[in-house]
Amino acid sequence: MTGWSGTEIWLIIVALGVATYAIRFSFLGLIGNRELPDWLLRHLRYTPVAILPALVTPGVLWPAGSDGALSLPHIAAALVAVGVGYWRKSAVLAALCGVLAFVAVSAVL
Amino acid sequence: MATANSSRTAFWRGARDAGPFVLVAGPFGALFGVVATEAGLNLTQVMGFSVVVIAGASQLAALQLMLDQAPAVIVLLSAIAVNLRMAMYSASLAPHLGAASLWQRALVAYMNVDQTYAVSVLKYEDAPQMGLGERLGYFFGTCVPIIPVWIVATYVGALLGEAIPGDWDITFAVPVAFLAMVAPALRTGAHIAAAAASVVLAIAFGGLPYNLGLLPAGIGAMIVGAEVERRMGARFTPPAGSGK
Repeated sequence: MTGWSGTEIWLIIVALGVATYAIRFSFLGLIGNRELPDWLLRHLRYTPVAILPALVTPGVLWPAGSDGALSLPHIAAALVAVGVGYWRKSAVLAALCGVLAFVAVSAVL
Repeated sequence: MATANSSRTAFWRGARDAGPFVLVAGPFGALFGVVATEAGLNLTQVMGFSVVVIAGASQLAALQLMLDQAPAVIVLLSAIAVNLRMAMYSASLAPHLGAASLWQRALVAYMNVDQTYAVSVLKYEDAPQMGLGERLGYFFGTCVPIIPVWIVATYVGALLGEAIPGDWDITFAVPVAFLAMVAPALRTGAHIAAAAASVVLAIAFGGLPYNLGLLPAGIGAMIVGAEVERRMGARFTPPAGSGK
């Protein structure tokens, strides 16, 4: 992978693995039955839907290689994936339709 | 002897109940394998991710940011942030499994992913008379159709990725995979508000270098989701069909 040495990649894998394990072990392993405060639970439960869209937004709107211009296939793929996923509640179907939308719009352009 | 038998029964019941999630773990494991291989990771590194981390969303997050040439600290903080929800899973399993031995809890922690957690905790709430042995058996049963499938599917995906011609750029599939995972998880108005805020804030912070805008955007969107929930009085239901 461009820009990353093998050592750096392994450091990221191991650090992410250790941190993720620590999160999973945290309460079950150390704190036992003590409950988390409500306000904290309320924030934690939105972490995936709060972080993942922000993570992919730049890649959809300004994909690498487009020099900051909007790319219709990327936007179409994103909208189709969200629409199908929300409507059919199936991540797999949504991903498939998103990829097909990308291919179809690229072919038309 | 009776306890050993009931644990075994619970184990197989757990495996059966989690069975449909093969359809989540399989394709997403394969997708990660393909995309990570296409992005330039070798087979050992791809497998390292799926065996050491076992959290597809954060694995793809790390991959995306590495492709974006973000600094390693941002790669790690963002991928870890994606997994923070698992602290909630850990806390919510504690009343049910907290009495298990340390090594049992350590093993549960390793395999505590979206699907094993969701299937198990719903069962525990539905059947409070289950003993500790049955609960543990049930949890490890739910892992059977998910964890090994995740790992094998990653391997198959990595082999597929090597077979795909090098001049095909399929990195566009990474955002698609994320959005496909997020959309079915938009169960309440609070989830939709958080996701919308996430996109708006990401655009607002889009000018910052090295994806530095991701963390303020994510934290801001979490606050929006929590605040909307507080006002609407929405209740949490564990994720069922979403990705890992």
